[in-house]
Amino acid sequence: MFNQADRIKEKLRSEMYPSIFCLGCGIGNVLNYTLRAIDECRLDFDKLVFLSGIGCSSRLPGYIDGEGLHTTHGRALTFATGVKLAKPELSVIIFTGDGDCAGIGGNHFIHAARRNVDMTVIEINNFNYGMTGGQSSPTTPVGGLTTTSPYGCLEQPFDLAELAKGAGASFVARWIPSYAYETIACIKKALLKKGFAFVEILVPCPTSYGKKNKIDDGKEGWDWLKEITILKSAFNKLSDKEKEQNKKMIIGELQNIERKEFSQSIDNI
Amino acid sequence: MRTEIRIAGFGGQGVILAGLLLGKAAISDGKYAVQTQSYGPESRGGAARSEVVISDQQIDYPKVVEADIVIALSQPAFDKYCQDVKENRNVIIDSDLVKALENKVLSVPFTKIADTLGKKVVANSVMLGYLQASTEVITVESMESTIRENVPEQTIQLNLEAFNQGIEFWKKGIRNGSG
Amino acid sequence: MDQGEYNRIVKAIGKKQIFAQGDEAYAYGALLAGCRFFAGYPITPATETAELMSKLLPQIGGTFIQMEDEIASMGAIIGASVTGVKSMTVTSGPGFSLMQEHIGYACMTETPCVIVDVQRSGPSTGQPTEPSQGDIMQARWGSHGDYEIIALAPNSVQESLDLTIECFNLSEKYRNPVLLMTDGEVGHMREGITIPDFEGYKIFEREKPQKDPNEYIPFFPEQGKVPQIADFGCGYHTYITGLTHKPDGLPATDDAEIHTQLVTRICQKITDDTDNIIKVEDLFLEDAETVVISYGITSRAAINAVKILHEQGEKVGHLRLITIWPFPEKIVRKIGESAKKILVPEMNLGQLYHSVKEAVGYYAEVIKFSKIGGTLHSPQDIVEFLKEEKFNV
Repeated sequence: MFNQADRIKEKLRSEMYPSIFCLGCGIGNVLNYTLRAIDECRLDFDKLVFLSGIGCSSRLPGYIDGEGLHTTHGRALTFATGVKLAKPELSVIIFTGDGDCAGIGGNHFIHAARRNVDMTVIEINNFNYGMTGGQSSPTTPVGGLTTTSPYGCLEQPFDLAELAKGAGASFVARWIPSYAYETIACIKKALLKKGFAFVEILVPCPTSYGKKNKIDDGKEGWDWLKEITILKSAFNKLSDKEKEQNKKMIIGELQNIERKEFSQSIDNI
Repeated sequence: MRTEIRIAGFGGQGVILAGLLLGKAAISDGKYAVQTQSYGPESRGGAARSEVVISDQQIDYPKVVEADIVIALSQPAFDKYCQDVKENRNVIIDSDLVKALENKVLSVPFTKIADTLGKKVVANSVMLGYLQASTEVITVESMESTIRENVPEQTIQLNLEAFNQGIEFWKKGIRNGSG
Repeated sequence: MDQGEYNRIVKAIGKKQIFAQGDEAYAYGALLAGCRFFAGYPITPATETAELMSKLLPQIGGTFIQMEDEIASMGAIIGASVTGVKSMTVTSGPGFSLMQEHIGYACMTETPCVIVDVQRSGPSTGQPTEPSQGDIMQARWGSHGDYEIIALAPNSVQESLDLTIECFNLSEKYRNPVLLMTDGEVGHMREGITIPDFEGYKIFEREKPQKDPNEYIPFFPEQGKVPQIADFGCGYHTYITGLTHKPDGLPATDDAEIHTQLVTRICQKITDDTDNIIKVEDLFLEDAETVVISYGITSRAAINAVKILHEQGEKVGHLRLITIWPFPEKIVRKIGESAKKILVPEMNLGQLYHSVKEAVGYYAEVIKFSKIGGTLHSPQDIVEFLKEEKFNV
């Protein structure tokens, strides 16, 4: 098995294909990158647990031939805490979405980050509640059109990377799928990081958010992501005034600090 | 034999601790005991009540039906609880905190005695000593070892002394008022 | 559990004869049963159990965590359980309401766990420091959809310890959440208890799959109706979801047949085996014309009342329900067939009363005696109620 693609394919539950994901949606890419990152880290697949909540992104564990725990809406991090603390030799990877993580799951999100339990959270942000038809979510941009904000979203969205940082996450990063190798490298770092690692990946949602906001499916969706984001390296080169006026989401590695990991603290009692 | 004891007062007087110690001592004596309590949400002040049922047989109903002994450490407690006490009952009050018809109750200056020992807060240990001597519902040995095992280490001596003072006061034969 | 682990538990507890509260007994029972994970949230009158677990679990190599709310607590104990670690949480009314979604999830995913509800007076915030039996129906029907629950009700502190062990055993055997429906009175009252000897009690462990990972079908029982699901991390790659799933665990939400088979099995694994689950205790039933049926703290007064009346020559008997769900239908119906009147005293406005009535049908008259507000029924209350016209005892 010398070809990475072949090794990845082995890790999929073939009976679950074709997948539920829409054409042009980025969630499948995230699965691809995650499995490649796991492969490159040479992690023991038998010791991985894939968790998720409810939503399109949360369907990912179903496609993986590993231990999978598809939980309730917004609460995957609480189950993950139980899994990790009960059996610390297992590694927990959580797939979640913007609504699942920051809406109903908001409280569990900030507490998991605060505790710094060793886990890797891959939050796939498509700016709406996609599975239920495209309602606004806590990350919908101001003015975004959704089924529950037909006149344009009035609320300020969360910057989940900033929220994660503020809550104490050890590792925080944001990418878009068009930066394939960078995203894979980032997920590798997150997987190997001892502590709460948060990776936000922005994706298009051609069927719901994209359609409503006239972002066409296919290449246009991916171009749109490039338009609304700015690389951290580019951001750092801006003048102070330009930085202040920046409205684009910053992508790259945004935080990487050393903090005592929670299960280590428990062991010390 | 089933003895029903009710201790009532303000939160902070150690009413519940007293009930707990009483129950533990009774168990040490080889009896059956149940201790229950109620209190308001305030940490200090507010009403607190502890009930202990001691029996030499397994106890069905765990609460006081008609108290054999009532100890009232505050006026509101006395007013509330000293109504439904049995004929041959013991009503014991703290003489400085409760005003009652003296010839119907045993009136003891628990708080004053505790004060002379340096800490008003051990008034409940004085009370337990008096209770032991006047009713023998628990033995001296059990109560002393229970106190030893259940109060902060640095207060053990003080509490045992207070307990002893309570016993001595009974032995003096003064049934009401300060001594 | 081996002798060494048992000794560590007893050392952590301190002694074997204790004057303890119900809240402590739940913790001792859990540790003795093999519980090594606790997640909870503070709530009167259950907080003492969490505090004790936070102290004792680390001493025996277990894990305690205070989560951000009751929903998170349930999530954490389910997560711990799927890795093979016995887990528990403790709460009261308002927290119990929050836990319902995850209780349903644990039923649907057949994940063992124990939930202790130290019932307090409701509804809503109610009387936080007063006991009640107000969550009895919620225990059965609190989550959405069709499922079965097992619920036990202790009436003493010793029984609180013993039944907590039983809850864990039932949970592991049937792969279902099990509830200990206790109350603020039993939770906070103190009685003398004995920690059982190592040989003095049994521990039941969940069955492991007999098959290899590549032949293993997680939700297809190898025998009976309880599946042998592998613990996470043993190479079996089990997919667990709250969605309707096929025996292989993968979602199948558009198939009525699959849904029917799944939901029927998870219910029948319990309802088919009630003879092994249900426990009751009877007194003077042989020739009783009037029977008092009670559970939990109320039974202490009821039993005393029945003894008083029996001594007076009255034909009054008592049935104490130790298992309240699944409801001991057959036993209660039999009583209805021979008694004329049945009294159901409860610290609520009539909850289990309805199940008694349903089981008894037209065989006997079922009357409730409700007392709410935190004050217990006294034996005299019950004696007087029975002497009234409707019972004419």
